[in-house]
Amino acid sequence: MTQTETYDLLRQIADSWGLLAMTGVFLVLILWPFRPGARGHYEEAATSIFEEGQDDV
Amino acid sequence: MESVLTRAGLWFAALVLALLAVAGAVDTPFAIQMGIVAVAACLGLWFTLRQPDYDAIARGILRAPADQGRYDDDVIRWGVIATVFWGMAGFLVGVLIAAQLAWPLLNMGEFGNFGRLRPLHTSAVIFAFGGNALIATSFYVVQRTCRARLAFPGLARFVFWGYQLFIVLAATGYLLGITQGKEYAEPEWYVDIWLTVVWVSYLAVFVGTLARRSEPHIYVANWFYLSFILTVAMLHLVNNVSLPVSWLGSRSFSAYAGVQGALIQWWYGHNAVGFFLTAGFLGMMYYFVPKQAERPVYSYRLSIIHFWALIFLYIWAGPHHLHYTALPDWAQTLGMVFSVMLWMPSWGGMINGLMTLNGAWDKIRTDPIIRLMVAALAFYGMSTFEGPLMSVKSVNALSHYTNWTIGHVHSGALGWNGMITFSALYYLTPRLWNRERLYSLRMVNWHFWTATIGIVFYAASMWVAGLTQGLMWREYGADGYLVYSFADAVAAIHPMYALRVVGGLLYLSGAVIMTINIWRTILGHSREETPLGQPAFDPAKDRPLLPATLIAH
Repeated sequence: MTQTETYDLLRQIADSWGLLAMTGVFLVLILWPFRPGARGHYEEAATSIFEEGQDDV
Repeated sequence: MESVLTRAGLWFAALVLALLAVAGAVDTPFAIQMGIVAVAACLGLWFTLRQPDYDAIARGILRAPADQGRYDDDVIRWGVIATVFWGMAGFLVGVLIAAQLAWPLLNMGEFGNFGRLRPLHTSAVIFAFGGNALIATSFYVVQRTCRARLAFPGLARFVFWGYQLFIVLAATGYLLGITQGKEYAEPEWYVDIWLTVVWVSYLAVFVGTLARRSEPHIYVANWFYLSFILTVAMLHLVNNVSLPVSWLGSRSFSAYAGVQGALIQWWYGHNAVGFFLTAGFLGMMYYFVPKQAERPVYSYRLSIIHFWALIFLYIWAGPHHLHYTALPDWAQTLGMVFSVMLWMPSWGGMINGLMTLNGAWDKIRTDPIIRLMVAALAFYGMSTFEGPLMSVKSVNALSHYTNWTIGHVHSGALGWNGMITFSALYYLTPRLWNRERLYSLRMVNWHFWTATIGIVFYAASMWVAGLTQGLMWREYGADGYLVYSFADAVAAIHPMYALRVVGGLLYLSGAVIMTINIWRTILGHSREETPLGQPAFDPAKDRPLLPATLIAH
């Protein structure tokens, strides 16, 4: 495979399936916290830093 | 006993190798650098053989409380002191090189000229001040949020001292004229290898502590810290692939040439900003802002979106450093588009941090540490708006190579990185040294105002200087020739350079106030002072309002 062919191949993967896959993964990751029933879990996570005993040296 | 012998043997081997490298060095600067390594190996050997309880000695010198057994905080205390020390050094050199630009007379010979001091300043503030702050706070936050003691305590101590050796080698190297000419990646091959060893150890300590956690969920601050450690490792390894001219010399050649080399350098350079100066410091923000405000982060789910959007977008933004160069046009446009998209997650994060104070806005008036945090977030918002703006090609045509870029960088570095670090230091010191409070809250307030006014002087003068330069450089006359020579633009911005020195001096004096405050806090002193936010009682004004009916008549 010549360098040009390698470039063309990688470029085609990058601007078709590669782009689609990364967009898909990104959307799943940012929508995941909004799945039904997850609210409580994240509220708990947000307040977890205030539970007692944390400031002990 | 056997382990002492092995360790002493290793230190001795390192010492012998360093001395051999000094003897066989092909250039003097390399010999000096290896001499520094030999001194470090000597110190290691001495400590191994004498076997002093150096944690206890350090605790004595630093007046630190004894280990309570729950968390391992010694390295964090050293890190707080190292952060203050390197911060002072970096700010001082910054003021000096600002003055050198305004008054070239201040360039002092071979070792003290602007060209060598400038990387010393950037590395001191980013890697020494910022890096020590990141290592110390990440060790603090990961232990508290995981409710686990630091993994591999010996390795954690190696990370601290190994990182200081990296800083000393890098800094002395710049003064000796050693550089591979890549911005923010100036150190040569042997220092790069050393940093890799230290960084992998850092990753092991951090991930090891995460693995030992007794808390099911990994708090979001740790996501930011982990992405910072991993990405910096990747950037550092890829950008520094090079072949030394000699294994006993300080010169090397990069594996990349031409525009590929430039693109890899700015992929590195921009993501050093994105992951070292942004993701890492956001880790600080997501822990210390909620803790100081005593309220949970405004939206935990927004912090997750903030995280993934930064991770997915930042890595593509580097080409905006190479507009109108030999880089393919599509790559430049890609860099610009991703930079503009980055604006959204950045502002999402800023809003998330600021709105954490929702319902507690009065703390901005009463708590100067919160004030520092709010200013840091405001500067994060301002510089992440300015950055995308400057990445737009037509704006970049005006701003690139001018002092506008320098102003932009400093509103981010002094405003965002500096102020969030100061607030974290003020949060940590009384807790780490088991003191009731800081030596003085009023001095924090003074620090806040000197730093803020200093940044205003700095950013405003550099905006004016940058626009002046950009407009003078592109001014054509009716005859089709450039109107101004380069030297005309230099002369025009001289007053702005002088004003920048004023800004830098103000910022430095704020840091001096902080150093005194933290020093006195460590010594256990506390200043007698009127608390902030308590209005003085004025009996003349303390009377009931007149009824409305009386006023009407």
